[in-house]
Amino acid sequence: MAVSKTSEPIPAGRPAGPVSAWFLCHVNTSVDALGRLARQPFASLMILLVIAVTLALPAAMYLVIKNAQSIGSNWENALDFSIYLKSDVTLEDATRLAGLIRQRADVAQVTLISAQDALDEFKSASGFGAALDHLKTNPLPHTLVVRPSGANTEQSMILLHEEVGNLPEADLVQVDTEWVQRFHAILDILRRAIAIGAVLLGVAIVVIIGNTIRLDIQNRRDEIEVTKLIGASNAFVRRPFLYSGLWYGLGGGLLALALVRYGLYALEQPVRRLAGLYNSAFSVLELNLSESLLITGTGVLLGLAGSWLAAARHMRRIEPR
Amino acid sequence: MIRIEDVTKRFPGGQEALRGLTLSVDRGEMVFITGHSGAGKSTLLRLIALIDRPTSGQVIVDGQNTARVSRRKIPAYRRQLGMVFQDHKLLYDRPVFDNVALPLIISGIGYRDAGRRVRAALDQVGLLNKEKRHPETLSAGEQQRVGIARAIVSRPKLLIADEPTGNLDPDLSLEVMRIFRRFNEVGVTLLIASHDLALIDQLGCRRIPLENGALQVEKDRDEVSDYFEGAGAHSPEDRWR
Repeated sequence: MAVSKTSEPIPAGRPAGPVSAWFLCHVNTSVDALGRLARQPFASLMILLVIAVTLALPAAMYLVIKNAQSIGSNWENALDFSIYLKSDVTLEDATRLAGLIRQRADVAQVTLISAQDALDEFKSASGFGAALDHLKTNPLPHTLVVRPSGANTEQSMILLHEEVGNLPEADLVQVDTEWVQRFHAILDILRRAIAIGAVLLGVAIVVIIGNTIRLDIQNRRDEIEVTKLIGASNAFVRRPFLYSGLWYGLGGGLLALALVRYGLYALEQPVRRLAGLYNSAFSVLELNLSESLLITGTGVLLGLAGSWLAAARHMRRIEPR
Repeated sequence: MIRIEDVTKRFPGGQEALRGLTLSVDRGEMVFITGHSGAGKSTLLRLIALIDRPTSGQVIVDGQNTARVSRRKIPAYRRQLGMVFQDHKLLYDRPVFDNVALPLIISGIGYRDAGRRVRAALDQVGLLNKEKRHPETLSAGEQQRVGIARAIVSRPKLLIADEPTGNLDPDLSLEVMRIFRRFNEVGVTLLIASHDLALIDQLGCRRIPLENGALQVEKDRDEVSDYFEGAGAHSPEDRWR
């Protein structure tokens, strides 16, 4: 039907397929929202930085724990313990005993350190070499260093300690690994503390983004009124703000990864030097792919949550007058 | 097309904008609501656009009782109407094209089709070459025509306009009315609130005069004509041909 005599009729405008139109609409809205952020680069960058720092803090703490744990896990494998034999046990008896213990199923390896070897090592390592030369007898006992097999549980380890401790030749069983367990207990506490902190910081991000979107909504009040006046639904009006929140979250998440990455880069040299001093091949563990995705995804979700809260709260109130 | 049945609108303050108003507009009519400011013109249009709800009485638009349009259905309802405002209500952060395309985007019409329809609508208001301009660079009359293009781009059966020429000088007003008239000629029903009696009389359309929220007692035709002569209007024929 012609609407005008003088000009082209408005074409019927067969609607695009519902899905593709919907998709296009979302693409356009999201690009539009991104452009809006880009038009205020400084303000947007400030908000991104706040979000990034807030995300990077727990991420960095998590990395510290992860690295501490990886150091600790090397120690945990080293569950070796020492059996100091009574001083009257001869080298032959000690060798025989080592053979016996080695046959146990729960023992992987037994190393005999003879009293003489121990003394020699002590002389060379302690710097008391000359003084020790004056000793008439060797005060050190023979020692068996036992490496339990990997299949041991905490219970069977205790049993093993007891059983070898009860051997008539054994004087003292020294377990060096209790502090490793304490270390892990401390890490557990820290990990939980970080989780609590992360939740609080997440709430902070929701509030920050929510507040930013709220201001944005107020600034665009007229626009919202007009679009509602010509038939826009709440969902339509809300959409650009949700995308703003999404972009804030995504940008903040990526920036947080960059911050963490830069922090690791700054720490790399000193850590390598320290590891070198300990003759360790330790290198700093970085965030792996799934952790990076988790941080970015968290940013996106929190951004959406913040903008959703703000939009749901304020959008309904803005009605054409 | 529009039936207003015994409608009263009372504001929280207690003052009544409409008192027991009853009127109807047929399909394909072009009708002016006239009256002084405060007579209830805008309130009536607001009820039709579901910006407000009547305190009592019924507003029936295109067979639809607006009382039954739930809050969630209001957007879909408004999409069937074309609305033109005195202050244009354009979005000044985007070009003319985007302003006119907005109703189509809201309705989820693909961009390619939207482009053709927007250009056709702009063509009808004579602004085809201004689609890339920003509204603030246009004159008041051009801005109002952008507003009209936006109102008609989704091809509504009913177009309501609240003082569409309120801010325009007589020549521009006439141009706007000509555009409305052309829509009317192809079957669009128009309900226009205006106090520009001189202009309305040139068009020879039905008038619904309101006074204090109710139908004004019909004035003597001569009295009205006297009013126009006093205002120094040209003969309708002159201005329309």
